[in-house]
Amino acid sequence: MIILKDGTVVNADSIVKADVVIDDGVIKSVERDAEVYGADAEVIDCYGKLIFPGFIDMHCHLRDPGQTYKEDIESGSMAALAGGYTAVCCMPNTKPPIDNAALVSYVRTKSAEVGGAEVYPIGCITRGMEGKELCEYGMMKAAGVVAISDDGLPVQNGAVMLNALKYAKTFGLTVISHSEDKTISGNGVVNEGENATASGLRGIPRSAESAAIAREVLLAEEAEASIHIAHVSTAQSVDIIRNAKKRGVKVTCETCPHYFSATDDEILSYNTNAKINPPLRTDDDVEAIIAGLTDGTIDVIATDHAPHHADEKNREFDFAPFGTVGLETAFPLAYTKLVMNDILSLSDVARLMSKAPAEILGLPGGEIKAGARADIAVIDPDEEYTVDPQAFKSKGKNTLFDGWRLKGRVIKVFVGGAEKEI
Amino acid sequence: MKHKDLLGIKDLSRSELTEILDLANGMRTLLDRGEKDNSLRGKNVATLFYENSTRTRNSFELAAKNLGATTTSVSIAVSSVQKGETLVDTGKTLDALGMDAMIIRHRVAGAPRLLAETVRASVLNAGDGMNEHPTQALLDLMTALRHFDSLSGLKVVIVGDIKHSRVARSNVEAFGKMGAEVTLCAPYTLLPEKVERLGASYETDLDTAISGADIVMPLRLQLERMNQALFPSIEEYHKFYGITKKRLKLASPDAIVMHPGPINREAEIAGDVADGDKSVIEEQVTNGVAVRMAALKLLIEARN
Repeated sequence: MIILKDGTVVNADSIVKADVVIDDGVIKSVERDAEVYGADAEVIDCYGKLIFPGFIDMHCHLRDPGQTYKEDIESGSMAALAGGYTAVCCMPNTKPPIDNAALVSYVRTKSAEVGGAEVYPIGCITRGMEGKELCEYGMMKAAGVVAISDDGLPVQNGAVMLNALKYAKTFGLTVISHSEDKTISGNGVVNEGENATASGLRGIPRSAESAAIAREVLLAEEAEASIHIAHVSTAQSVDIIRNAKKRGVKVTCETCPHYFSATDDEILSYNTNAKINPPLRTDDDVEAIIAGLTDGTIDVIATDHAPHHADEKNREFDFAPFGTVGLETAFPLAYTKLVMNDILSLSDVARLMSKAPAEILGLPGGEIKAGARADIAVIDPDEEYTVDPQAFKSKGKNTLFDGWRLKGRVIKVFVGGAEKEI
Repeated sequence: MKHKDLLGIKDLSRSELTEILDLANGMRTLLDRGEKDNSLRGKNVATLFYENSTRTRNSFELAAKNLGATTTSVSIAVSSVQKGETLVDTGKTLDALGMDAMIIRHRVAGAPRLLAETVRASVLNAGDGMNEHPTQALLDLMTALRHFDSLSGLKVVIVGDIKHSRVARSNVEAFGKMGAEVTLCAPYTLLPEKVERLGASYETDLDTAISGADIVMPLRLQLERMNQALFPSIEEYHKFYGITKKRLKLASPDAIVMHPGPINREAEIAGDVADGDKSVIEEQVTNGVAVRMAALKLLIEARN
């Protein structure tokens, strides 16, 4: 038995001072002055600390199998723990892609072996992510996929996507869409606009994202299927999703910390860690993303954790791969940029990072309540620190936030009631 | 029978269905005895198959011959159709040749109706696009009625590519008119929009759909649908939508399994089910001839 004593328990719908009693992997009670009994009861003083339901990342890249020099299930799962994540969902754009039940089983087996944060695989929408033939969603679901997505290589053919939505609905799976019209984004590398012009780097128009989201929303509406829009970054995208929700479309969406914490000013120094897809946008977009987070249009904060080897990022801007790591900085960014600036409450963060992902994907966790699986992150809200990529558990050191001063540090993590080393 | 043509089950009343089925049972008795009926001696029947189907064509031709009629098979591949003749003109020509009935299969829904409106002869629809296949539904009713005293309240489950199936549409109409409850089962990719419009309920989980079913009817899986991103593989299809012995245990103990043929073994139906004691697939083929004899006789005689 473990007792987290005198902390502040943060749930999506409440904040209370209470003791959290963990027994046999589950939360036994959440109450004031819980009785300590049993010789082996471990009491952990959490005075002044925040006790969150373990974070759940709907969107990360663990590069396993095939590109384990960038990251693997073990390092990714440890990085997740360090960030307060008790569960992460890995995207299937591995080598080979996770487009069949055997590879799904591989991820689940590896996750169990590693014993860090739970790793749930997301399966491909189409075979080989080629955008043509559907994968075996029924058999992949039986093997453990929690959603399907052709992240990074979105399905360009609208008829295939419509069928994918219907076939996924048959098995109760949500389709996660990396919404990008490749005919619009072309070979752009940064946000189309002032800074692209100033830097001489090729731009990606906002419509590459927003037009694709509009299509996805309309297809989901027609199929009466659930769709989740990944990494929303533009003001127009937020608008489209807000309107769709008003119409009753079963759409949810996520944004990532870099879309509310930074703008494309970061690329003016040709920093390849600021080369992200979709690209960092402008102040107006950041404002719209924050408005979306505030009014509930945006359901989830996900990381899009995209680890790359240092040598791959240490190249000419056009040749460097897209992406920043994010598992180990997501909560501190949300806390520093949103909570400390009085934009969101702690409960909002618990909703965006724990409760909503659990609900959308039907996963355990997401709440601190009696009877729930004991997936918990303990946070010291006062500790301020400097982001140091060399201290990351992730193999990927490619962070946009190198050297940033952030507050809110993860100090303890429990997965299924077991305290994990972080 | 007041109709000149047999275009679809939707045009027929329950009593008309019963009239055809009663006569078909009489025909079946003749066939079982090895006898023939010569009531259509001197009549001419043409088959006009714009889509290939040896099974259905043979069945119709045999039916016509069993009634003493002569048959003419218009071979689309080498006929004037290849020279650009329209359906309407082909129909007029056959009419002028003195045909009493024309049996048409066409890939465009509504084509038999166009022909029927053009010609004096009786037109029998042998399948038009995704619309109807009335004689298939009639032979299915006939087969079912030889196993059950009444279809009223029976639970029929049709499994497979409902969206593209004329057999499903005709059978929903036919079994519905006879008082059965039809459930359509398929993944959403193979269900038509607003499927309720057909007058049946639907269910995407086969184990649920088949529970307590009296009649189980898998449809032929068109393998080319895989390339159209409608289902991923035969293996997955069979796992979730295939009729297997294990699944059949969920159905009523007296359930029968029908299939419009030709079957894909280990796709929509396991081989041991197709060959098993609940299968009435071969009986359906025999009844097909009897039903087509009845339809031809009633329609041609109604015109005279």
